[in-house]
Amino acid sequence: MPNQPKFKRYVWELPVRWCHWTNVMSIVVLCVTGFFIGTPFSFGKSASDFTMGWIRFFHFTAAYLFTVSVISRIIWSFIGNRYSGWREFFPLATLKGREKMLRMLRYYLLLDRKVPETIGHNPLATSAYVCLFFLYSLMILTGFALYAQHAPGSPMYRVLGFMYALFSNQGMRLAHHFSMWLIVGFVINHIYSAWLMDIKERGGEISSMFSGYKFTVKKED
Amino acid sequence: MGKEDFETTPNDLEQGLEKRKYSVGEILRERGVSRRDFLKFCSAVTAAMALPASFAPRVAEALDEVKRPPLVWMEFQDCAGDTEALLRAANPTVGEIVLDILSVDYHETIMAAAGHQAEAALEKTVNDYKGKYLCVVEGSIPMKDGGIYGCVGGKSHLDRARQVCGNAAATVAVGTCASYGGIAAAVPNPTGAVGVKEAVPGATVINLPGCPVNADNLTATIVHYLVFGKIPALDGHGRPLFAYGKRIHDNCERRPHFDAGQYVEHWGDDGHRRGFCLYKVGCKGPATFHNCPTQRYNEKTSWPVGAGHPCAGCSEPAFWDTMGPMYKRLPNVPGFGIEHTADKIGIGVAAGAAAAFAVHGVLNAVRKDKEPSDETREG
Ligand code: HEM
Ligand code: HEM
Ligand code: SF4
Repeated sequence: MPNQPKFKRYVWELPVRWCHWTNVMSIVVLCVTGFFIGTPFSFGKSASDFTMGWIRFFHFTAAYLFTVSVISRIIWSFIGNRYSGWREFFPLATLKGREKMLRMLRYYLLLDRKVPETIGHNPLATSAYVCLFFLYSLMILTGFALYAQHAPGSPMYRVLGFMYALFSNQGMRLAHHFSMWLIVGFVINHIYSAWLMDIKERGGEISSMFSGYKFTVKKED
Repeated sequence: MGKEDFETTPNDLEQGLEKRKYSVGEILRERGVSRRDFLKFCSAVTAAMALPASFAPRVAEALDEVKRPPLVWMEFQDCAGDTEALLRAANPTVGEIVLDILSVDYHETIMAAAGHQAEAALEKTVNDYKGKYLCVVEGSIPMKDGGIYGCVGGKSHLDRARQVCGNAAATVAVGTCASYGGIAAAVPNPTGAVGVKEAVPGATVINLPGCPVNADNLTATIVHYLVFGKIPALDGHGRPLFAYGKRIHDNCERRPHFDAGQYVEHWGDDGHRRGFCLYKVGCKGPATFHNCPTQRYNEKTSWPVGAGHPCAGCSEPAFWDTMGPMYKRLPNVPGFGIEHTADKIGIGVAAGAAAAFAVHGVLNAVRKDKEPSDETREG
């Protein structure tokens, strides 16, 4: 039904959009600078250069921005509208969620031609976001634990003391480094899916993350 | 700790024991160490303890007064490398003499006594000075199969450790093996080797890991104990903060090259000759806490990174299993072939995802789907 009328619906509130794009920008900076921290080129021309110093400075600045953004988004999941609420992220917990998820999965696996319309997050996506938030936490905890090693005994070091019990020093670096690739894997999947659903739903999926509005067949829930 | 703690009791009339009443200062004078050298030593050791220079006269005063406690040096599963580190310096320093006069009672490698005589001396110290003598331990303690993998004088290392370390005022575990089991404890750890604290949990243990221990840190620890009457503040791994409170990477003389972005790429290349940072050839300085860059080895001559070799991380727990490979920055990913780095696997994951979605995208593009409508929408 190409010409059916659609309703404009406000889905993503400002904090959700802000957190999303702050995360995107800081993750790009963190991945690029992180990659250089892991595999630096000999870019220094003289000993008074500060190339690696600046790269690390940007990594740590982006790290703080990222952390604040992630924490804000988690807090918003208790304040914001139902599309941003924490319940949306556990579709497997409800019967309806499981049904939606099955429909989505059948569509993605090319078993079904009917494009399920999702007003908020799609339930497969939210499950991926839960994994992603786990990776976020891992990056933040291992990142700050590694960072705090320059000042052992500092409050930051003591708060993160449990991390040194969970990981060996080098194991923590490996986890921090390797999880970057898992995040990169998610991003590839995520941008593809956003593009796919934008085309297939014709509901303004991608622009919704900028404007907050989606266009749906149904007027009210 | 009161002065009388180390005073001999009326029934200890033997000369050998009576001599312990001498103060450290007095003994040094007897050995021909000049006052000037003694004060120089006090300043150096004050610096090693990370105390302000104004403490040096107080350290001297306290050392002048304090009575030397008996000290025994136990060797378990070890290579005697820590003993070597202590003894091999060309000119004996005041520090060595301090340790030397302390270590008369028992030291397997260097004592004159042998056999039953030696064991009797140890027995005597442990019994007569229960809770008052100091113990230095070198080497790990095998725990497997009842501790049968190491015995001296018919007793297992484990039994000896329980007896000697358990009754000491404090035990200084020197070297990584005594501290955390070290190389003997590396996977698969056939003898069940552990460090002193794990073998004798009740003992008061100060860990001085490193391979070998830096003799200056040992001297400073003992002087700290003599001067303050208590063990120095320790970190979460039982190491004195004065020696292990900072990361190698944060005090390294090559750090400006790290921040500048000047790295050794290959052994013997131009950067290597010019003293660039060893980060890319596997330096574990960023993961290792030790005062090597400031204290250095062999009377402050040099240390591994100073000599152009990356830090191996030898003073961290389980270093042999967690700090490898020695010439790579990150460990290999467990469960994959040895030559698989995190980056290779990571790029594989990302490329795999990209390929899968490319195929999915093509399939979707050629397919005619039903757009959302009233029947497919969700409620
Ligand atoms: C999405 C988030 C992040 C990504 C993708 C990322 C990526 C990386 C990568 C690839 C490295 C190089 C690791 C190595 O090879 O040793 C690195 C290093 C580092 N990152 Fe992150 N990072 C992230 C977040 C953070 C955060 C939140 C912090 C907190 C301060 C942080 C602090 C550090 C530190 C301190 C290092 C240097 C570790 C060392 O001493 O070797 N990172 N990061
Ligand atoms: C570093 C890259 C990115 C990461 C880590 C990321 C992560 C996320 C997360 C966690 C959400 C859930 C939003 C929330 O509830 O807070 C989300 C939603 C969304 N993102 Fe991204 N994103 C990234 C890049 C992008 C890009 C480049 C686009 C545009 C092409 C995009 C489009 C969207 C859209 C349309 C949604 C809402 C769709 C839905 O959840 O159903 N994202 N993203
Ligand atoms: S040589 Fe090692 S410890 Fe020194 S600055 Fe480079 S990485 Fe850090």
